Amino acid sequence: MSLFEQNFSVFLQGFGHTLLASIFALVGSLILGTIFAIMQVTNSRTARSIGNIYVQVFRNIPLLIITLFFYLAVAKVIKMTGFTAGTIALTLYTSAFIAESVRAGILSIEAGQMEGARANGLTFGQAMRVIILPQAFKVAIPSLGNQFINLVKNSSILAFVGGLDLMYQGNIVAANSFDTFTTYIIIGLFYLVITLPLSYYIQHLEHKLKKNA
Amino acid sequence: MSEFFNAFTSANMGYLLGGLGITVGVSAISVVLSLLFGSIVGIIQFEKIPFFSSFVGTLNNIVRNLPLLLIIFFTYFALPQLGIHLPIFWATVAAMTFFESAMLAEIVRGGLEAVDRGQFEGARANGLSNMQTMWHIVLPQAYKKMIPPIISQLISLVKDTSLASGIVLAEMTYRGQIVYAQNTNYIIPVLVVLTVVYFLLNYGLSLIAKWFDKKLA
Repeated sequence: MSLFEQNFSVFLQGFGHTLLASIFALVGSLILGTIFAIMQVTNSRTARSIGNIYVQVFRNIPLLIITLFFYLAVAKVIKMTGFTAGTIALTLYTSAFIAESVRAGILSIEAGQMEGARANGLTFGQAMRVIILPQAFKVAIPSLGNQFINLVKNSSILAFVGGLDLMYQGNIVAANSFDTFTTYIIIGLFYLVITLPLSYYIQHLEHKLKKNA
Repeated sequence: MSEFFNAFTSANMGYLLGGLGITVGVSAISVVLSLLFGSIVGIIQFEKIPFFSSFVGTLNNIVRNLPLLLIIFFTYFALPQLGIHLPIFWATVAAMTFFESAMLAEIVRGGLEAVDRGQFEGARANGLSNMQTMWHIVLPQAYKKMIPPIISQLISLVKDTSLASGIVLAEMTYRGQIVYAQNTNYIIPVLVVLTVVYFLLNYGLSLIAKWFDKKLA
């Protein structure tokens, strides 16, 4: 307990950075993911290929490689901190998974909705924004929630690039106190404070969706 | 630009790709062990044994909601404090198996729940015991449906082995770091090679998953 009290401000700082990186990456990846999901369902062959390639590449390479790329290569040209590099990598990586969730949501909406909207004079963009996406997001919520949990867990990648997050601060406390065991248990509890309530809430939502179906 | 190609010496590339063997080894051993433990945990959760199943379910939820990186560090740096010393390779396998078992348990439980209740009732009515029903009738059907999600989980596993570079396991990503430590001009070529190798491996796996998905549909 004294370890917790002595290093409370350090843990809290880490918790704050983890939360901040997760929220930035969530907003960024929701926007990017939705754009790539829409690209994948348009009629344009070029847009579809770009969307597909983006999703396949970012889903199939480790987040660490993307993070190192921004931290070691891009940061040489455009100055950025480890926190920024890690958050950008986290955003790009997660957006590929979110694109898949949103795309599945869009495809679950029957084609008649789009046809009806177009027949009533809406453009593709308008139909997407006003008719399709609101319904698609509703379907995709549980899967998006799971992506957010993964995002929070994956934010620990910041520890590799000095991103000041929970995992990074935990490593410092562990190295200084020599009590690695207690430190990592405390760090784990901090992560669970964010992820566990989310995961129970998603299970509850999935249950509700199943009942309504 | 010539600096870019200088990185591609046979010594550098041989060393880098040698790490692929460790990446694949850790992934393969971990997925087999997690399939075993994950099935046991998944069946326990599915059977709804009073108290025990919900207890296991809660533990499972906790493990799934922790970062794998934390579990890897814990296994390698914190367990020695309790007198458990594992070599790096096996520490990684243990951490991955612990985490992936929880993930696969969810898939197994979901797969079991997707099997029609009539299959249980029919088997039981024909005189099979609970165990026999599970083993001969239900599990084979459930596993067939689970193949694509299990392969997706294997893809995550392959990607996640890169995290073990944090405890200095000489897998591919760590070896990449050694190579570009010689010369900072090697950073981009090394990251390009790593990207291509991971992509080919995982995209290949995802195509296999897709093929099964189509075949089973």
